Amino acid sequence: MSTLVSIKGVKKGYGVKKIIFEDLNLEIESGKIVGLLGPNGSGKTTLIKMLAGILSVEKGKILINGNEIGVKSKSEVAYLSERIYFNESLKVKQVINLYKDFFKDFDEDRALEMFKNLNIDINTTIKKLSKGNKEKVQLIMVMSRRAKLYLLDEPIAGVDPAARDFILHTILKNYDSEATILISTHLITDVEEILDEVIFIREGKILLQENADKLRQEKGQSINEVFREVFKSW
Amino acid sequence: MEWKFDSNSPIYIQIMNHIKKCIVSGEYKPGEQIPSVRELAVEAGVNPNTMQKALSELEREQILFSKRSAGRFVAEINKDLKGNISNDIILNFINEMHSLGYNEKEILDLVKESLKKEEK
Repeated sequence: MSTLVSIKGVKKGYGVKKIIFEDLNLEIESGKIVGLLGPNGSGKTTLIKMLAGILSVEKGKILINGNEIGVKSKSEVAYLSERIYFNESLKVKQVINLYKDFFKDFDEDRALEMFKNLNIDINTTIKKLSKGNKEKVQLIMVMSRRAKLYLLDEPIAGVDPAARDFILHTILKNYDSEATILISTHLITDVEEILDEVIFIREGKILLQENADKLRQEKGQSINEVFREVFKSW
Repeated sequence: MEWKFDSNSPIYIQIMNHIKKCIVSGEYKPGEQIPSVRELAVEAGVNPNTMQKALSELEREQILFSKRSAGRFVAEINKDLKGNISNDIILNFINEMHSLGYNEKEILDLVKESLKKEEK
C-alpha cells in the first residue's frame, strides 16, 4: 500500500474572516475504504471539494497519486456530490454518453449492468425518477469509473434503508485494491462495517485517524459510540 | 448462516467465529473451497481488507489452507474446534446468568427445565 493522498500545510478560508483549515496535514493510503466522520460544518465537504479540485487552497500542497491538483489528478478522481448535479432534463442514457465522452476510465458495461439490476430504464428522463433512484443513478455513474480516488459526499443521507444497503453493497462490489474510497458521512452506524479506517474531523482539525477494528478493540465500542463520546457537546 | 455483526468488537474476529461455526455445523465441509475474499466480503457486507485479515488468521490457525493460486479451502475439522466454540458460548452464557444473580445450581436447573420443554 502506498500513499495516494498527501495533504501538507493546507490553509483554506472563505472570505477574510472564516477559516476552515489553518494547517491541515493528512495522508491516505491506497486500497482503503476510509470514513471521513464529523459533525456538520467540520470541514468534510470543503476537504472533499479541495481533493476534487473544485476548491483551491490558499497555502500548502495537495498531491493525489503524486500529481498536484489539476487535469491529471481530476482524471483519476471520481467525485459524488451531495446534491443531484445532472441536468435533469437529460435521459439516463444521455448521461452515460456524457460520461463516456468525458472520462477515459468510464466502464459502460458495468454501469449498464447495474441499471439493469435495479430495473432503471435508461430511456427515462432523470426528472421523472424518484429521489432515491436519482441518487442511485448518480452513484452508479461515479462507481462505474475506474478511478484511483473516489470521493463520496454523504452517499446515503437522503435515502431509505434498502437503498442504503444497495449503495453500500455497490461500493463493496466495485472495490479495487489499487484505489481508495473516501466516504464522508454522519450516518456512521450504517457505514462502519465497510470501513478500513476512520478519520474524525472537527472544526477543520483532524482529531484521529485509525484503523476501524483497532479502534473498536481499544475502546470496546462501535465506531458510532466512540464518535458520540468524542463529539459530545455538553 | 446469515452474517450478523455487533459493531462493538473487532469485525475480523466476528468473521472468524462465523466461519468457524459454518465449518462446525457442516455448512462448509473439509476439503471444500470457500468463496474468494471479495465474494465473501460482499456477501457479509464488510470491508475486503477486514475479510482478508480474518481469512489470513484462520489460515494461521490452520482452520483454512490455501493452494497456491487456487484459493482457500477448509482444513480437516479439528476436534477441538467444536469444543472451543461451544466453550466460548457456554462461558458467555454463565457470565450473563451470574450477572442476573443466579448461582450454579439455579443455572443448571433452569437449563434442564428449558431442555425438557424443547423436547416436548
